Amino acid sequence: MSALTFTGARVVDPASGRDERANVAIDGELVVAVGTESRGMRVEADGLVLAPGLVDLHVHLREPGGEDAETVATGTAAAAAGGFTAVCPMANTDPVADHAGVVEQVLGLARVAGHADVFPVGAVTRGLAGEDLAELGAMAAVGVRCFSDDGRPVRSARVMRRALEYCRTWDAIVSNHAEEASLTDGAQMNEGELSGLLGLAGWPHEAEEVMVARDLILAHGLGARVHVPHVSTAGTVALVRDAKARGTRVTAEAAPHHFTLTESRVRDFDPVHKVNPPLRGKADVEAIREGLADGTIDAIATDHAPHPPETKEREWTHAPCGMLGLETALGLACTELVGAGVLDLPRAVAALSTAPARSRDVAGHGGPIEPGAPANLVLFDPSARWTVDPGRLHSRSRNTPYAGRTLTGRVVHTLLRGRFTCRDGALVEVARDPS
Amino acid sequence: MLGPHLLGVEGLTPDDITTVLDTAAGFRDVALRPIKKVPTLRGRTVCNLFYEDSTRTRLSFELAAKRLSADTLTFSAGGSSVSKGESLKDTALTLQAMGVDAIVIRHSASGAAHQLTRWVGAHVLNAGDGGHQHPTQALLDLFTIRDHLGRIEGLRVAVVGDVVHSRVARSLVQGLVTMGAQVDVVAPPTLLPPAVGAWGVSVGHDVDAVLPKSDVLYLLRVQRERMGQQFVPSVREYARLWGVDRDRLAHLPAGAIVLHPGPLNRGVELTADVADAPSSLVTEQVTNGIAVRMACLYLLVGGGADR
Repeated sequence: MSALTFTGARVVDPASGRDERANVAIDGELVVAVGTESRGMRVEADGLVLAPGLVDLHVHLREPGGEDAETVATGTAAAAAGGFTAVCPMANTDPVADHAGVVEQVLGLARVAGHADVFPVGAVTRGLAGEDLAELGAMAAVGVRCFSDDGRPVRSARVMRRALEYCRTWDAIVSNHAEEASLTDGAQMNEGELSGLLGLAGWPHEAEEVMVARDLILAHGLGARVHVPHVSTAGTVALVRDAKARGTRVTAEAAPHHFTLTESRVRDFDPVHKVNPPLRGKADVEAIREGLADGTIDAIATDHAPHPPETKEREWTHAPCGMLGLETALGLACTELVGAGVLDLPRAVAALSTAPARSRDVAGHGGPIEPGAPANLVLFDPSARWTVDPGRLHSRSRNTPYAGRTLTGRVVHTLLRGRFTCRDGALVEVARDPS
Repeated sequence: MLGPHLLGVEGLTPDDITTVLDTAAGFRDVALRPIKKVPTLRGRTVCNLFYEDSTRTRLSFELAAKRLSADTLTFSAGGSSVSKGESLKDTALTLQAMGVDAIVIRHSASGAAHQLTRWVGAHVLNAGDGGHQHPTQALLDLFTIRDHLGRIEGLRVAVVGDVVHSRVARSLVQGLVTMGAQVDVVAPPTLLPPAVGAWGVSVGHDVDAVLPKSDVLYLLRVQRERMGQQFVPSVREYARLWGVDRDRLAHLPAGAIVLHPGPLNRGVELTADVADAPSSLVTEQVTNGIAVRMACLYLLVGGGADR
């Protein structure tokens, strides 16, 4: 591959603290120069932000088993179009990623597709049943750094404590779907005045907080690493903030919909707004924004959850939870956080790339952008406005709650190890050797 | 302005409600005629789409449509048909293709009637959706109250029982508040919806405290299966603390009336002698239900309400 230089971009690299106009030269898979130098072909990037490629700690690629909703190829295509160079697919596939075989299958499918690196999350327990530990060591041996039964909580405190303890072998991370299930039986939406009016069973914020509190206490006592997924309540933000102050080894993520949308969206009973944890109230949205601003919440993670239309176009109570996220995350962060003055641009880039990479050991991503580093990069126009059109998304599914919404901040180029996966806003198809 | 759909009581104005009640008063006389039929909806088709077991509401709507001379279709499916059979959306599209003018839907899922309006052009009448709304029940209750007490505004109405699971309670309370009644909601805290105080009602847990000042006592059904879900310890305890027996009934002011949406759980929310007491209007509610549903069908389908 020949050399290439992006000229005149605003280089925002939280890992090195850089935020300045500079040229970034790439040769082969690596960044070779940052500064005034120019090598090879010049690509005009005036007005664009050049940042480390985005890292999503929480996606559902659905393969194997859910290929009608998404595949590794379509999901990572959506990732590339959304500016992501690394995604962490959850283990709730069919079969479940509770052993090395499924992990390797997903890794292999991602290598073939070539749109983004995947860092699969392994199941904590066999079959996500919450009872017997999955083959954590075998999965760690093929590169898994984080374990989660996402979608289902590890209900037993004993199993959770054992998992945290056992994972210390590799200093790996356990992330528990924070839901005390005995409090959410049949739950359909956030519990509150609106659930009372709509006659939908409520998902109380305490159900999340009770579980997070338990896990923080367990992790603290063991000195183990714990990651809190999709923080949705003000109480959880406070719990994580306190735990960090006490020195608990905790990291946390929040989803764009939890800093953008409120439960009022449920009013028209369109299941595109049904998600777990549910959309909450205004005060929760504010608390999550504060948590992102003060660093309590490390990462923005999309919880990208594709579902085919026939499962979402059903009665609210029968529809599955989840919404797409990969192709709208950057735009929502720019619009809802940077545009609203919650985060400055470098902090937003940190929350979308550097911090998630560090918090979950996503190697080779999140910067720094410096000579010798892999050229995993995104270039985006922070002031370009675009309208979300579900028909133009790269995901196999269409369940975005942002259809028709105009966002500010659009991906222009994404590069994975020096190769364009998205160029001038269009996905670049690459055929790679399955080996 | 009423229509094009009747999905809930929320959003109806006092004028809307008064229009329905006045129209129903006219239709009630139809039942007294030898030929209980008017030609108002001749040539129109009303489909009853019942995804949940129902006897009185389904029969009442069917009779209402027939007395208006509409052609009626009734589709009864168990709640489980959703998982194995055709989706609600596909059924809706089928009915749309058949050209029905109105769909009356009962469904165990809150919001099903709302969703239906996205898929069909026909008028949709909600005959009960999950724990959400049951507008025609509330309207027939308002009709019955007004019929007996001459007004709704200023009345004091106690609504007692399983409010959290009750679509009837939501619709009725909204209707009463809209019409200017003072509502006392009484139940154990476990059977009250979250933030029920925001409904514009007084909330309490002591049924004896409200009885002497109530013009209307509205008892809600308490399903026995709630007992196993730790909402209350037992049927017996519920009946003792919140159920209404002859002794409690005696504390109502003279002229006060007792309503219940049915089906009755005799021995739980009320004793048999209360159900059959002269102040109990349970069967009259059923009779009025037909006239109120005729009014709703007429106003939406035949009355030129905008589509």
